[in-house]
Amino acid sequence: MYGKGILKGLGVTLKRFTDTYLEDISWWLRGKKRYYTEEGVAHRSSKNTRGIFTVQYPEEQLIQPEEFRYVPFLVYEEGADGKKEPRCTSCGICAKVCPPQCIWIVRTNNPQTGKPVPEPAEFYIDMDICMNCGFCAEYCPFDAIKMDHDFDIASYGRNVYNLEKLLKPASYYAEIRPLNYNREEEARKAKEAAKAAKADAAAPAAS
Amino acid sequence: MATALQTQTVDLVARFPEKVTADSRAGYSGFIVNKENLVEVATALRDEFGYDLLSNVTGVDYIAENKMEVVYHAFRTTGGPGLVFKVQVERVDPIELPSMVGIWAGAEYQEREIWDLYGIKFTDHPDLRRILLWEGFEGFPLRKDYKEGFFEEEAKPFKSRWPDGKHVFAEMKNPFRDNLKFPENFDPESYQPEDEKDLYASLERVSKPLTEGEMKTDHIVVNMGPHHPSTHGVLRVAVTLNGETITGLKPVMGYLHRNHDKIGERNTFLQIIPYTDRLDYFNSMANNFGYVTTVEKLMKIPVAERAEYIRVIMAEMSRIQNHLIFVGMLINDLGSMYTPSLYAFEERELILDIFEAVSGARMMCNYFRFGGVVRDVPEDAMQKIKDLVHDRLPAKIDEMERFLNQNEVLVARLTGVKVLNAEDAIRYSVTGPVLRAAGVPYDIRRADPYSVYDRFDFDVAVRYHGDMMDNYLIRFDEMRQSLRILEQALKQIPEGPINSQKPQYQVRVPAGEAYGRVESPKGELGFYVVSNGKPNPYRYHVRAPSFVNLTALETICSGSKIADFVAQLAMLDIVMGEVDR
Amino acid sequence: MEENKYEGLNLPNYNIPEDIQNVVSITTIDRLYNWGRRWSVWPLMFGLACCAIEMIAAQTARYDMARFGMEVMRPTPRQADMMLVSGTVTKKMLPSIIRLYNQMPEPKYVVAMGACASSGGPFKEGYNVVAGIDKFLPVDVYIPGCPPTPQALIAGMIKLQEKIDKQSIKKVRWYEKGKVDSNYVPMPILGPDLIDVRRNTEIKQAAAAKEGA
Ligand code: SF4
Ligand code: SF4
Ligand code: SF4
Repeated sequence: MYGKGILKGLGVTLKRFTDTYLEDISWWLRGKKRYYTEEGVAHRSSKNTRGIFTVQYPEEQLIQPEEFRYVPFLVYEEGADGKKEPRCTSCGICAKVCPPQCIWIVRTNNPQTGKPVPEPAEFYIDMDICMNCGFCAEYCPFDAIKMDHDFDIASYGRNVYNLEKLLKPASYYAEIRPLNYNREEEARKAKEAAKAAKADAAAPAAS
Repeated sequence: MATALQTQTVDLVARFPEKVTADSRAGYSGFIVNKENLVEVATALRDEFGYDLLSNVTGVDYIAENKMEVVYHAFRTTGGPGLVFKVQVERVDPIELPSMVGIWAGAEYQEREIWDLYGIKFTDHPDLRRILLWEGFEGFPLRKDYKEGFFEEEAKPFKSRWPDGKHVFAEMKNPFRDNLKFPENFDPESYQPEDEKDLYASLERVSKPLTEGEMKTDHIVVNMGPHHPSTHGVLRVAVTLNGETITGLKPVMGYLHRNHDKIGERNTFLQIIPYTDRLDYFNSMANNFGYVTTVEKLMKIPVAERAEYIRVIMAEMSRIQNHLIFVGMLINDLGSMYTPSLYAFEERELILDIFEAVSGARMMCNYFRFGGVVRDVPEDAMQKIKDLVHDRLPAKIDEMERFLNQNEVLVARLTGVKVLNAEDAIRYSVTGPVLRAAGVPYDIRRADPYSVYDRFDFDVAVRYHGDMMDNYLIRFDEMRQSLRILEQALKQIPEGPINSQKPQYQVRVPAGEAYGRVESPKGELGFYVVSNGKPNPYRYHVRAPSFVNLTALETICSGSKIADFVAQLAMLDIVMGEVDR
Repeated sequence: MEENKYEGLNLPNYNIPEDIQNVVSITTIDRLYNWGRRWSVWPLMFGLACCAIEMIAAQTARYDMARFGMEVMRPTPRQADMMLVSGTVTKKMLPSIIRLYNQMPEPKYVVAMGACASSGGPFKEGYNVVAGIDKFLPVDVYIPGCPPTPQALIAGMIKLQEKIDKQSIKKVRWYEKGKVDSNYVPMPILGPDLIDVRRNTEIKQAAAAKEGA
């Protein structure tokens, strides 16, 4: 019969349409909230999603996986007197590995000796060149630069971030990437313990 | 399963003594053919030895030896490894070479590209114009002595970034305060831009002459694009029409030419990986795959077993996602706006969620590394892949089929409208689904297996009519086969490390050349990489399936109605990031 | 009009008598005007590169820009309010973009989506790449990212809406007398390289100063 195929297709759209409401009713019967809740968003991004698929940003947000990356930021530890102590040692690896070469680092030099001090004097990332590749975070040996989850950074002008704008506390990092953070902390502690053990072993021998 | 014909080696030197020598440079392979005998040897390769598909043609500028080289990669559509032959010429303008278009028509655009970027003239080429840049552009940018406006250093990393990296905009270093470069004493006021008479002249040449008794009518030239909703990006197509029938057609491209090759030659080997994401931006996983396979060939390193499976899983997910979008966009182009593509995008989003969870980004995954992948697939993402592959995607592909495939309007629009027949498809070096829909079961995953594809049981999807309907349906077949591969891969995937190498940002690549290719959803995606032992490649070239497939567009469309044109173009499934690079 | 931050259509600090509160609302013309415009920004259907795919994704079911009145993608510039420059701007493409922009009626906005449109992005050093559309067009909002995710794009669109809210009908350029074409951009020419005709003298001087070597 001519037109059967079209009707079949319309059946699919009709089903998709009614699915939304069936799903609404089923959530309502179970006494759960489908919209504006994390559970609802998670369900809408799962294999069982039916009917409406929209996640209403900004009221609701997609659940970001831990590895999600947007732009890089620098991690600092909170010092005793609230001073920001960047983890960065200005070793320059991130600037070397960055594919579009958008990282600019001025290394601090000791004014007396002229020898390099492991801390950046200036640090720039041109966010309008950065290709969000994540290489800087991947290859930084000091876990000092990480990829941010915050994507709401549109602005009315060009974005060249300086050190001040790049720094974010380690606690923030721990919050957005708990698994990575804990793994790195453990690795660091293990390394320190090994170093201490080695020093202990070496100390008696030396004395 | 390699047959005798597939593995038969070709000794060109024995067949053509004096005319051909083996390429004996360390790390190189193949043959060097004398310029005078090029046509003769190539004809023999095609007719005697069965290398019917010329897949890649590209140039290399060996400036130190004062030579230009053109490299040809030919394959057999029956499968098996390819054959490389090269021709070298003195690097003194005018550089001239015979054209291959008469033997393999698929060389047409690739030779134009070489003319555009290297300035090598192909003497009997039917239509040698600039292709990616515009007529009037000064210089041949891929030559090693060409320096662009923002040129800073020969190779990355640049010294100005560290340890004394005061931020300056690149504009400040250029005398024109922008990414510009003009000849000395150039006067913009008196400059007369070149018009496009060459383009229109070439259109006239291809337009079919009147047959006896036909009424003489004026032909109209119509330009579609570069701003057009149905050209899939910034492609422009100039067509001549006789009434509603297309009599001649020339695609004009380069509107997204981002100088991928030139930037690639400046990058280190590692830095190229994220740039490959931006070639075919629907399938960054497939692009990564092709590039790292090529460099691994050069480095001669193994790939971690688990990583091989992860790679296959990602590449096949990417293929499903690509074909779904293809279906959605095709229906869009046919005038039924939005609904099918909205459905397609829904599944795509779910697949992208997985990419995001494993790699960190939805589209620009940058997930593969030499020897493996960046990180293991997290537990929950693996579960999600299984959910999708086992439950959701099969049902959704069925639903899509129910939704569209019997729709009378669609069937009437698609059935019987020609795309390509097998002979033309091979002649024009067309690869991918379009070739297979014409009845040639040529799929690199089978014909020249890479990674672990030889361990999976799947069929190469083929259809035989070569019309639009077959081209459309073959995408569904391929999605089903991908699901089959995925199911097996998920079952077989072993535990273990995900990289055979230590993570490092400087890789050592021994000198030599390699051509690696994978079956991307659009066709044969090849990478030609030449290393001279330095941290960055000496030559880096992408053989983009979309670009080469476009060569056949004129043949596909001529004689068809203009109304079918957008659909025929959609069949090629081009992506401008890959066409223009 | 200084506190003209968007707080809904009603002017909140005006006391409306209780009995007519649900039938009367008081607003300023600015607010009404901007409210109307902010919820009906029609983008030009115009994609350049990878970012365009995320722009399309933002239009689809999951992100649904229709919630912001931005779903009406107009293929013709004559009906569009906003040009979303989504992708790498190449020298070869630039004249077409400028032509499209010049054809758009006022009020018109330009949003640079992604690194490429903002500054050339990862391809900035390329010989055929324009280092940012802001060299030619007045950009209203820059959205960093490569590509910006659809959510980031929507966040950028909200920024654009905020910008619209701040405009006053008395000061906007398209109602100023004698300034109808205030935003006309002369067409660049494709020569040996891209010629920005506004900078002809500069180019001539720089080309002459380059000396023989
Ligand atoms: S690699 Fe890490 S420690 Fe080194 S300069 Fe970059 S951010 Fe600082
Ligand atoms: S994310 Fe990539 S492009 Fe951006 S700063 Fe880091 S290395 Fe450079
Ligand atoms: S910013 Fe990134 S994603 Fe967007 S067009 Fe440029 S390269 Fe592509």
